[in-house]
Amino acid sequence: MVSQHELRRGVYYDSVVLMQLQRSLASLPEVIDAAVVMATPANLEILDATGFSVPALDAKPEDLLIVVKAESEQAASAALSQVDNLLTQRRSTIAQEYQPRSLRAAAAALPGAGWVLISVPGRYAADVARQALDLGKNVFLYSDNVDLADEMELKQSARDQGLLVMGPDCGTANINGVGLGFANHVRQGEIGIVAASGTGLQAVSSAIHNLGEGVSQAFGTGGRDLKGEVGGITALQALDLLGRDPATNTVVLISKPPAASVATELLAAAQSIDKPVVVNFIGYPSPARHLGNLHFAAGLDEAAQLAVDLTDVPFAARSSEQPAAGYLRGLFSGGTLAVEALLGLQTTLAPLYSNVPLNPEQRLPNSWQSQAHTILDLGEDEFTQGRLHPMMDNELRLRRLRQESADPEVGLILMDVVLGEGSHPDLASELAPAIAEARDQRADLEVVAIVVGTDEDPQDVDAQIAQLNEAGATLFRSTGEAVAYVSQRLRQPYRYAYPPIPLDQFGASLSVINVGLESFYESLKAQDVDTIHVDWRPPAGGDEKLMSILAKMRKES
Amino acid sequence: MINIEQANQNAVERMTSARPILKGVAPAREVIPGMRDNLLLHAGPPIAWNQASGPMKGAIIGALIFEGSASDEATAEAMIKAGEIDLEPCHEHDSVGPMAGVTSPSMQVYVVENVTHGNVAFCNLNEGYGKVLRYGAFSEEVIAKLRWMNDVLGPALAEALALSDGGLDMRALLSESLHMGDEGHNRNKAGSLLFTTRLASNIARAVDDSETEAEILQFLGDNALTVLNPVMAACKAMADAGHGIEGSTVMTAMARNGTELGIRVSGLGDQWFTGPAQVPDGLYFPGFTSEDANPDIGDSTITETAGIGAFAMAAAPAIVSFVSGTPQDALNATLEMYEITVAEHPYFTIPVLDFRGTPVGVDIRQIIELGIRPRINTGIAHREAGIGQVGAGLALPPMAVFEQALLAFAETYLS
Repeated sequence: MVSQHELRRGVYYDSVVLMQLQRSLASLPEVIDAAVVMATPANLEILDATGFSVPALDAKPEDLLIVVKAESEQAASAALSQVDNLLTQRRSTIAQEYQPRSLRAAAAALPGAGWVLISVPGRYAADVARQALDLGKNVFLYSDNVDLADEMELKQSARDQGLLVMGPDCGTANINGVGLGFANHVRQGEIGIVAASGTGLQAVSSAIHNLGEGVSQAFGTGGRDLKGEVGGITALQALDLLGRDPATNTVVLISKPPAASVATELLAAAQSIDKPVVVNFIGYPSPARHLGNLHFAAGLDEAAQLAVDLTDVPFAARSSEQPAAGYLRGLFSGGTLAVEALLGLQTTLAPLYSNVPLNPEQRLPNSWQSQAHTILDLGEDEFTQGRLHPMMDNELRLRRLRQESADPEVGLILMDVVLGEGSHPDLASELAPAIAEARDQRADLEVVAIVVGTDEDPQDVDAQIAQLNEAGATLFRSTGEAVAYVSQRLRQPYRYAYPPIPLDQFGASLSVINVGLESFYESLKAQDVDTIHVDWRPPAGGDEKLMSILAKMRKES
Repeated sequence: MINIEQANQNAVERMTSARPILKGVAPAREVIPGMRDNLLLHAGPPIAWNQASGPMKGAIIGALIFEGSASDEATAEAMIKAGEIDLEPCHEHDSVGPMAGVTSPSMQVYVVENVTHGNVAFCNLNEGYGKVLRYGAFSEEVIAKLRWMNDVLGPALAEALALSDGGLDMRALLSESLHMGDEGHNRNKAGSLLFTTRLASNIARAVDDSETEAEILQFLGDNALTVLNPVMAACKAMADAGHGIEGSTVMTAMARNGTELGIRVSGLGDQWFTGPAQVPDGLYFPGFTSEDANPDIGDSTITETAGIGAFAMAAAPAIVSFVSGTPQDALNATLEMYEITVAEHPYFTIPVLDFRGTPVGVDIRQIIELGIRPRINTGIAHREAGIGQVGAGLALPPMAVFEQALLAFAETYLS
C-alpha cells in the first residue's frame, strides 16, 4: 500500500464538497481510502490519528490537503490526477420537480388548479374527493367502487358549493377542449354534451367532430347519476351550466335508461333552457320526435346528426306559454291507445300510474281511485264485468269524467274517441255535454281527446269533432300528437335552485391536479395542460386501525 | 368536543409568535429549574446508564470529572452504578443540549427568554470541533477546555450580554442567517459570525485583558457552531410556547439520546413516545465509515421542531450534499415538510422559495396519513466514547413513535 498527497494552497471549499470529493476518490479503482481536508492543525491531527499520516508540511488552514491511500503508486497518482475533474463534475441527472404526496400540497403548488382528477382505488376515492371539494375544486372522479352513500354525499355537498363532481366511475369528459380520462381528440365547437354514458359521450363527440362540428364542453356524470337515489345532480348542474354558457348553442343529453322521476326532472330542466336540446335516453321511448326545444334521437348517431343540424340553424326561443297545472287523468276505451300514451308520457310525467302498467312501480293500487298522473284502460276486465265495453257504453267513462273533474288536483283529462263499425253510434252526443259541464265548473280544466276514425265511418267524424270542439275539448287525430301536446302542457315547472357553477373557469385554459394513475397525468401533459401529479399512497399505509382513528379525528375537528 | 384544527392553529401560533431573546449566561444550578448537585441532564428521552451509548456514557463520565465529583472514569462509573447520580432529560428541565447534551450543575448555560409568553429555555455553550464532551470525549484537554469556557468565556458572554440593550434577538438573527445560507441546524456559519459580530464590541468592553478578549473572539469566530447552542435554546423556547394546548396534535419536542428517539405532542402533556434511533445516512470524515457511527443523538432536533434545520433545507442547498443530493433535493426536502406541518413561519423565510415561510408545526396526523416523516439534519457521533464527530447527514425518526402518539391521542380524546 502506498500513500500520496497533494497540497493546494489558498483554496477554499465547503467541507461538504470536500467530503464528496473524498468519497469519489475513495471509490476509484485500487484506491483504498482517501482524505480531503482543509489543512487546519485540528484536521492534520485527525489525519494523523486515522492513519493518513503525511510528512511534515508547511501547511496553513486555507490550504487544501488531499491524501490518497492506494494499492500502487500508479493508482494513487491516477486518483490525484482526477481531483480537478471530480471537483467540477456536475450531476447530469435531470432536476426532478417535487411531486407532492397530498392534495393539499399539490393545491398549494398549483393554486390556479380548478379541477382534481381522481383515479385512486375506490375505497379511498371518496376521501380524496372530499378533500378536493374542501379545497374548492371541481372533481373528475374516475374511480369506481365508490359507495352510493358517499356518491350522494359528495354530489350534494358539491352542488351546495357550486362545484361539480363528475363520477364516480366517470370515464370521460372534455373540458375546455381537453380530454379527461378516456377521451377523443375533437375540435372545439358549439355543442355541449351531458352524458351518463362514457362510451356514448365518446361516440357522440367523435361523430360531431366527424360531421365537421365541434364540442364546447362535454360532461360525464358517472353511470349512477341518473339513478333515483342520486337524482341526476351532476346532469342537472351540467345542463344549467350549458344553458348559461355563451359558447354553447346546442346541448346533447345522453344516458342509459334513467329512473323515471329523474328523466322527468332532467327533461323539465332541459325544457327550461333557451337552446335546442337533443335527448337520447338509450332504449327509452320518447314521447315525440320533438317537444318544444327538445329533440329526441333514436340512437347515438342520430343524436350527433341532430345536434349538428340544429347548431346550423338559428334557434327560435321557446314560447313563454306557462305549463298547465295539475295532474293528468287518462280515460281510454282503447287498450293499445292507453299503453301507447303511457309509453310516451312516462318520460315527461312522474309519478305516473295505470291499471295497465309497463313496469311494477306504475301499478295503480286501486283502479277505482286515480292518483297523481293516472292513465286508465276502461276496457279492462275489472271495469267491464256486468257492463258493455266503453266503446259501446259511455256510462262508466262519464261517471269517471265527473269523478276526475271534481278532483281539484286534476288539470288535464285525456280520452280517446274511437269511431267505426260496432262503436256507439254517436259518442260525441254523450261525451260533449259532459265535457262542457266539467269545463263550466272548472275553467282551468283542460280536456284533450284523440279522435280515431275516418270520414267514411258511420258516426260522421266531422260532426263528432264539431261537437267535441264546441264542448271545449282540444282534439288530435293520433295518440302521438296528443302525447306531444300533453307532454308540453304538463311539463314540470323547473327552476335551478342551487348555487350556479361559475362560468369563468370554462373557456379559459385548464389547470388540473391528478391523483392516482400517472398515465392520466402524462395524457394531460401531452395536451399542454397545466398539471401536477400527486404521488398518492393509501393513507396510513393502508393500516385500518390508524385510518379509522384519523377519520374519527377529522370528524371531531 | 375538541377542535383539533383550532388547537393546532393555537399551538403553532404560539410557537411562531414566540420571540426568543438571549438574555444572559449563568451557571446551570442557578437558573435551570430542578437542577441539583447530583443531577446530570442529558439529551433525548429518559435513559438508564446501562442502555446508554458510547458517546452518552463518555459525556456523563466527563461531566462528573468536570464537576470534580469523580477523579477518573472508573470512579465516575462506580458513582453512577451506585445510584449516586440522577440522570434526567434536558427537555424535562426547560433545556436542550447538542449530541449527548450532558449538562452538569456548574456548567454555564445560555438563558433565552421568550418575551412574548414569558417562558425561558437553557442550553450549554458550544465547545467547537474535535475532541469534545458532547461527543463523549473526556480527556484532560477536553476538561481543560470546558474549564476555560466556564471560567473565562461564560462570564465574559454574561457580562457582554448584560451590557447589551436587553439581550440578543435570536429570532432576528436566525431570520438573517437563513438568508445567508444557513438552515440553523447543521449549517450555522453565517449565524455564528452574526452572533460573534453582535457581541464583539460588548465583549471588548467586558474583558479587561486584550489577550483574553482576543482568545474569546478567536474561539467564537473560529467555531462555525458557536451559535448552535443559543439557537437551540431559542427553538426550545419557541416550541415550549406551543406545548400543552389541549387537543393539539402538533409535535413540540423531538430528541435522541443515542439509543432512542422520543417525541412529545402538544396535547399529550409530558409523555414521551419513543423508538430506536436510526444511524444517519451521510458523509463521513476521513478514515470513518457508517460502521463507526452511533445511532442518532442529541436535542438539536429542536430546530426541526421549531421549523428550521432540515425543514429549512431549501435555504442551505450546500448541505444537501450530505446525502448525495442536488439543490433540487434541498428544495424538495422543504417542500415535503410543508405536507406534514400546520403553518408557514411568519419570520423564517426562504429566498429561493420566493420568501415563503419555513414549514412549522409538525402535525402527527399528517405524518401517519401520508407516511412522511420529519427530516433531521444531524452530526454523526462515533459509537465509542471520546472519538467525536465522524460525519454528518440525514436521519429519520422511527414511524412507530408517531403511531404510539396517535394511539395515545385517540385514547385521551376520542374514547
